[in-house]
Amino acid sequence: MQATTTGNLPNSANITLTKQVKLVLEDGTEIQGKSFGAFTSAAGEVVFSTAMTGYPENLTDPSFKGQILVLTYPMVGNYGVPGEELYEYVSKVFESDKIHISGLVINYYSEEHSHWNSAKSLGDWLAEYNIPGIYDVDTRLLTKKLREKGAMLGKIVAADDIEMHDPNQDNLVDAVSIPEVQRYGTGKHKIVLVDCGTKSNIIRCLLQRDVELIRVPWDYDFNSIDYDGLFLSNGPGDPKTCEPTISHLKTAYGTEKPIFGICLGNQLMGLAAGGDTFKLKYGHRSHNQPVLLSGTKQCYITSQNHGFALDTKGLPEEWEMLFENLNDGTCEGIKHKSKPFFSVQFHPEAAGGPEDTEFLFDQFLDLVEKHKAEQGS
Amino acid sequence: MNKPNKVLVLGSGALKIGEAGEFDYSGSQALKALKEEGIRTILINPNIATVQTSDDIADDVYFLPVTPYFVERVIQKEKPDGIFVAFGGQTALNCAVALYRDGIFEKYGVKVLGTPVQSIIDTEDRDIFKAKLDQIGVLTARSEAVTSIEDALAAGNRIGFPLIIRSAFALGGLGSGFAYNEDELRALAAKAFSTSDQILVEESLKGWKEVEYEVVRDAFDNCITVCNMENFDPIGIHTGESIVVAPSQTLSNREYHKLRSIGIKTIRHLGIVGECNIQYALDPHSEEYRVIEVNARLSRSSALASKATGYPLAFVAAKLSLGYSLAELKNSVTQTTSAYFEPALDYLVVKLPRWDLGKFSGVQRQIGSAMKSVGEVMAIGKSFEEAIQKGLRMLDTGKRGFVGNETEQLDNDTIDHLLSEPNEERIFAINLAFEAGYDIERVHELTRIDRWFLQRLYSIYELSNQLGEKRNNGGLDALDTETLREAKKMGFSDQQLAVKLLGQGDVKTNELTVRARRKALGVLPVVKQIDTLAAEFPAQTNYLYTTYHGTENDLEPETDKSVVVLGSGVYRIGSSVEFDWCGVNAVQTVAEEGYKSIIINYNPETVSTDYDVSDRLYFEELSYERVMDILEFEDPTGVILSTGGQIPNNLATRLEQAQVPILGTAAAQIDEAENRHKFSSIMDELGIAQPRWNELTTMEAIYDFVKEVNFPVLIRPSYVLSGAAMNVVSNPQELEEYLKLAVAVSAEYPVVVSEFIQEAKEIELDAVADKGDIVSYAISEHVEFAGVHSGDATMYYPPQRVYVGTVRKLKVIAEKIAKRFQISGPFNIQFLEKNGEIRVIECNLRASRSFPFVSKVSGNNLIKKATKVLLGLHVERDASELVYDLPFVGVKASQFSFTRLQGADPVLRVDMTSTGEVGCLGDTAEEALLKSLLSVGYRIPKKSVLISSGPIISKVALLGAARLLVQNDYTLYATHGTHLFFTENGVPSTLVYWPDELQEPNALTYLRERKIDLVINIPKNLTKGELDNDYKIRRTAVDFNIPLITNARLAKAFIKAFCTLKMEDLSIKSWKEFKAQAVSVEA
Repeated sequence: MQATTTGNLPNSANITLTKQVKLVLEDGTEIQGKSFGAFTSAAGEVVFSTAMTGYPENLTDPSFKGQILVLTYPMVGNYGVPGEELYEYVSKVFESDKIHISGLVINYYSEEHSHWNSAKSLGDWLAEYNIPGIYDVDTRLLTKKLREKGAMLGKIVAADDIEMHDPNQDNLVDAVSIPEVQRYGTGKHKIVLVDCGTKSNIIRCLLQRDVELIRVPWDYDFNSIDYDGLFLSNGPGDPKTCEPTISHLKTAYGTEKPIFGICLGNQLMGLAAGGDTFKLKYGHRSHNQPVLLSGTKQCYITSQNHGFALDTKGLPEEWEMLFENLNDGTCEGIKHKSKPFFSVQFHPEAAGGPEDTEFLFDQFLDLVEKHKAEQGS
Repeated sequence: MNKPNKVLVLGSGALKIGEAGEFDYSGSQALKALKEEGIRTILINPNIATVQTSDDIADDVYFLPVTPYFVERVIQKEKPDGIFVAFGGQTALNCAVALYRDGIFEKYGVKVLGTPVQSIIDTEDRDIFKAKLDQIGVLTARSEAVTSIEDALAAGNRIGFPLIIRSAFALGGLGSGFAYNEDELRALAAKAFSTSDQILVEESLKGWKEVEYEVVRDAFDNCITVCNMENFDPIGIHTGESIVVAPSQTLSNREYHKLRSIGIKTIRHLGIVGECNIQYALDPHSEEYRVIEVNARLSRSSALASKATGYPLAFVAAKLSLGYSLAELKNSVTQTTSAYFEPALDYLVVKLPRWDLGKFSGVQRQIGSAMKSVGEVMAIGKSFEEAIQKGLRMLDTGKRGFVGNETEQLDNDTIDHLLSEPNEERIFAINLAFEAGYDIERVHELTRIDRWFLQRLYSIYELSNQLGEKRNNGGLDALDTETLREAKKMGFSDQQLAVKLLGQGDVKTNELTVRARRKALGVLPVVKQIDTLAAEFPAQTNYLYTTYHGTENDLEPETDKSVVVLGSGVYRIGSSVEFDWCGVNAVQTVAEEGYKSIIINYNPETVSTDYDVSDRLYFEELSYERVMDILEFEDPTGVILSTGGQIPNNLATRLEQAQVPILGTAAAQIDEAENRHKFSSIMDELGIAQPRWNELTTMEAIYDFVKEVNFPVLIRPSYVLSGAAMNVVSNPQELEEYLKLAVAVSAEYPVVVSEFIQEAKEIELDAVADKGDIVSYAISEHVEFAGVHSGDATMYYPPQRVYVGTVRKLKVIAEKIAKRFQISGPFNIQFLEKNGEIRVIECNLRASRSFPFVSKVSGNNLIKKATKVLLGLHVERDASELVYDLPFVGVKASQFSFTRLQGADPVLRVDMTSTGEVGCLGDTAEEALLKSLLSVGYRIPKKSVLISSGPIISKVALLGAARLLVQNDYTLYATHGTHLFFTENGVPSTLVYWPDELQEPNALTYLRERKIDLVINIPKNLTKGELDNDYKIRRTAVDFNIPLITNARLAKAFIKAFCTLKMEDLSIKSWKEFKAQAVSVEA
C-alpha cells in the first residue's frame, strides 16, 4: 500500500511564488487567479459542476471534452489522485484513459493531499496532461454569471494569450470515441456498446452482469452485428453532430432487440425516434439532480453532466416520458410504449455521484433475457 | 392523505449534556409544519425557557415531565389522534418506547406518526440491530460475548487484533482496554473476569474515520441523504465531543457514495419514515467500513446538518410523518425546486464542542467515548483554515484562534500525553507540538487525526510564524496586501494579526490599528448566501455568512430601516436556551414594529439561527471585528445587545466607541454596573446596602478583612487550578485549604472576599425600564438560601414567602437603580433579604436567565416590552403588582448532568453547575415544586431516605421534614451525627456508617444495593475527611441514579411536597387552562 504524501512541507511558498494566470470569459470578464497544474493557456466552453466529490472521475469523463470546468465546491485536491489500476482492461478508478477537460477553475487548491490510495497531487496529474488549473477564484461569482448568462466561451491565459474556441463546433464525439472495435468479457449476453465517449463505469457495470461486450466506434454500423442488446453511451457536445449513429439507430428501431441509452445516448434515441434536442442555458452538471419516474411518486437522486436536452414535444405517439427532472421539468428519459427501448438523460453508472439508479442496468439485461427467451420459444 | 386532527408532540425537557438546544429547534420546526397543515397541536415539555413553549407555537402546552405517567394522563385528557415522538431527543424516544410496550397508544387509539416504534426499538437494541443489518449484509463491528479466557482467545483470533475488551456489566468502562496481541488479551481478560462473569471481545475501530450521514425517507420509499459529516477526531471520541466538518473532506467519491448507498439500504430495511442519522467507522487504509449506530430520530447531528446545508430537516421530517412524499414538498430556500434533492454546498462548516469542565471539581478531564460537552458552535468558511479559526473563537474561551494565544510552555511528554490521551485542549496541543518541532507524521501517529486536517492546521501555524517574523521586520506597515489577504483567508482575526505583528501590548487597541490598516488596503470580507444548491438556481435566501475567499457580495445592504439583534452565542453553563428565547422574541417584536430584522449568531442548536426567524441571518462570530464588519456593511438603524446574555453585553463599550447606534441603556452605564468597584461606589452614593467585599492581593490583607466581616466569607480567586472558582469558607482552616487551590494570591491574581450572610433569602427582580423609569417587573424568590448560584437555585414566581413590606423596599431600590443608571430596556437585580434588611448582590443591565420563566408564568412578555422601549416606543407602566393575585404558582428548577461527568462532585455551591432548567405550574407552591423536580429527574421515594444533615444549622432545619417522613412511613437511614441528633429529638432512624468507617451497614453498600430511594446530603465543611466521605456518598448516589439533594431548604420543600401530595393529586392542566384563571397585568 502506498503511503500518503504529506511529509514534505512548506506549501506557503505559494503565497509569493505561485504564478498568476487569468480566466477570461467571452463577455469580457477577467478574473485573476493562481496557477496550478500546467502553466499553459487553454480555451473552451466554461461550465460549472456542483458535485462535492469525484474530481478524478469528473476530469476523465469524456462528456467534458472541450470544456473548462468550474467546481463550486471550494476545497479541491484533498484526497489526491489514485494510481492506475485496471479491471478487465479498463481503468478501475478513472472514467477513461485521460483527462478530458480543457481547464479547471477552483477556489482553494489542496496541494498536500491525504488518502490511502492517492498516488499524486491533482496539480501534478493535470500537469501530466498539460491541462491548466486556476485557483483563488470566486467560483460562486463565476457560477452566478454562468447561471444568468448561460454557458460561455472562455480561456485560461498563462504566459501567452490564445483565441477563444467553441468546442461545440467540433466533432467532439469523434475525438473521444475509440478508433476500432474492442471486445471484453465472455458473458452470455452479447451487448453492443456504441462508444460516443463512454465512461469506463458503463463498461464495468455491464461486465459485472454476465455480458460479452462489443465496444464499437460511434459511427460503426452495429446493425451488422448479431447482438442481444444495444447500448448507447454518454458523450460530449451537440447530439446532432452524430448523424451516422442516428441513422444506424433508426435501422435498429426496426427490430425488437432491447436498446438502452444514457445521456447523449438518450438524446440520440430521441432524435432517431423523430424528436428534437436543444441546448440548455447552463446544463445540468451535479450529483444531486432529482428525477421522478413519470406517473409515480418514485424519485431518484442522479448524477448528471449534459448541456443539451431532449424536447419531447415532437416525439411520435409510440414514445413516452420515462423520467422527468423535479427541479425544471426537463426530460430525463424516454421509453417506447411497446418495444424494449428506453433511455435516460442521467448517469445510472454514477462515478461520480449517487448509485441509486444502477438497477437500470439490471432492467436492461432483464429485457435482453426476456427477449432472448421469447426468441427461443 | 389521512391527516390527523390533533397531534401530541413530545419535547425533550431540560437541557442536559447530550440533549440540548437542538431539540428546541426540531420541536419548533415540527410544530410549525403541523400548524401549516391546520392540525391542532399539543406540546408536552417542562422546559419553559424554550421557544417551542412560547405563545402561538403549539396550540397548547403542558409544562409537565416527559415521562410515561404524565404523557398517558395528557393522552387520556386530550385524546389526540396522532403523536410525534422523534422531535424530543432520547427523552421523548424512551418515553414513547415505554408507552408502546405498555400498549398505551393502542389503548387510546393514538397513531405514532413517522417512524414506527418497532423500528425505533430495532435501532436501540444492540442485538436486534446487528441481526437486522446482518439480514442485508451490512457490516457492524464484530464482537463476541465469552465467559472464559480460552474462549476469549479463540474469539480474539477469529475477530483479529487489535481488540477492545469490555466487561459486560461494569459501570463507567471499568475493566475495559485494548489488546494488540494474545498476551495482552490474556492479561486484560483475566482482569476483566475479576469484576464480571462475561466479557465482550470486540474488534477495535480506534483510529478509524468517523463519518455520519443524515438520511430522509418518505412513506413511498423515496430516500435521500441530505448531508454527510466527517469527524476530525477519529473513532474513540464521541461525535458530540469531536470537531466535525461537513461535508466530508478526505473521502473519495467511491467512499462517499458507498457509505451513502449503505445508509439508504439500511434505512429502507429498518423502515424509518422521516429523518435519521447513521454513523460509520471507515478504515483509513481501505474501503472497509462498519455501521456504528442509527439514531431513528432527529438528533444533534440533524440540527447541525440543517444549519450546515439550509435544508430544514425537522420541518420536512414532520411533513413526511403526515404522509407527504418528498417530491410533493418544495425546497424552502429556493421555493421553486423540490425538497427531493441533496444539497450541494459551496462552503464548508466546522462544528466544535464547548466544554465547561473547569466548573466541576473532581471531574475527569479526558474526553472519549462519553459526552461531556455542554454546547457547540458552527463556523462557516470556504477553507478549513478559515472555518476552524472562526470556530475556535466562537467557543468564547478566550482563544484567538488556532494560533496567537497565551500558552504555557509544555515539555514533550506532556504534549505527547495531551495528543494521545486528549482532553478539551487537544486542538491547542497540536499547535504546541508544531512549535516544539513535531512534524505532521508524528502528530498523526499520536492523534490518528487525518493528515489532511493536520496539514491545514500546519499551514496556519506556518503563516503565523511568517507573520511573527515580520514583527521586527517592518511590522504592520510592511505587511503587503497579498499576505494580509492570505492571512484573512486562513481565518486570522485582526486580533491575531495584532498579536503577531505588534506584539502583546494592549491587544484591543492594536486590533483597531490592524483593522484601520486592513480597511485602508481594501481587504474586506464578502457576504455570501447559503442557498442549498451552490448557486445553481436563483434563491432569495437570507441565510448569510462572510468569507475572505471571494470578491463579490451576494446581496446589497438592507435599505429599509433595520435593527440588528446580537444572539447569545455558544451555550455554556450559565447561558443557554433562555437567551435564545429572548433573542427570538426581540426579533419578532422588531419585525412587528415594522423594521427589517437582522440576527447575528453562530449556535447551531438554536431557533434564532433558523433563517425564517429574521429577515437576514448572519451565521457569524459575535466578535467585535465581525460584528463591526456586518454593521458597516448593513448600516442598520439600531443594534440590540441586551437580549443575548453576556457575550453581546461585553461588546457595549467598544461598539459605542465605534459610534454604533446601540439601542437602550448607554454603554457607560453598562460598564458602571459591570465594574465591581464603580458599582459599589454608586450603591454607596444611593444609600443601598451591599454585602461588604474587598479585592485583596496579600494573605495578610485577606485575614484582616475577614476579621472585620467575620466568617463565613465568600472567596473568589482570579486563577485556580481546577474546579470551584468560588467558594464559601467558614473558618481559617477552610480558608487556607481553599486558597491552596488558588495558584497564587498577588497583585496580578487578586482574590475577592465578600461577607457571606447566612440564612438570607435571595430574591430577584427582572424588569424593564424606559429612560430610568420602571414600566414592568417581576419578582421571584429562591427556595434555597443565598449561597446557591442563582442559575442552580429553585425559584418561586410569584414569590411565596416574601413580605409585602419587603417587596415595597425592593421596588424602591430598583427604582433608584433604574433612575441612576438611566436604564432603557431589560435588567435584573439580585437581592439578599434577612430580618427585613435588604442588600443588593448584583445588577445586570440586560435580560437575565429568568426572563422567559417569569414572562410565561405571568403572561407578561418582558422581552416584548423591553424591545418596544429599545425601539423608542412609549410603553405604559403596567400593573405588575397584580401578579400576586395569580391563582397559581410557577416553580423553576435546575437540571444537573453529573451522571455524565465522571468524578465530578455533585454539590450545589456558589458557582453554577446546572446545564438546564424547567418551569412548571401548579395550583399550590408544593404542586408546582413537585412537578418541576419530577421534570428534572427526581422521583418520589418509595420507602427509604438516607440523610446526612451536615452542620447543626441544617440538622435543625431538616428535623421537621424528617419527622414528616417518618409519619409517612418512610424508613430513615442516617449517618452518625445525624442519627444522634434525630435520636435526641425523638425521630427514629437507622444508623449507617460513613464510607471511611469501613463498617457495615455502610452508606455506600446500601446505595449500591439500591436500598435507598433518596439521598439528602448536606456538605458540612471543607476538611479533607469530610469532603471525601460526603463526596463518596454523593457520587455513588449519582452513579447509581439515586436522586440526591444537597441543600436543606430544597430537601425540606421537596419532602413536604411529596408527603402532602401524591402523583394522582398533580393536576394535568394545560398552560391555557392556567392562563384562563389568571388576571391580566396590562394597564
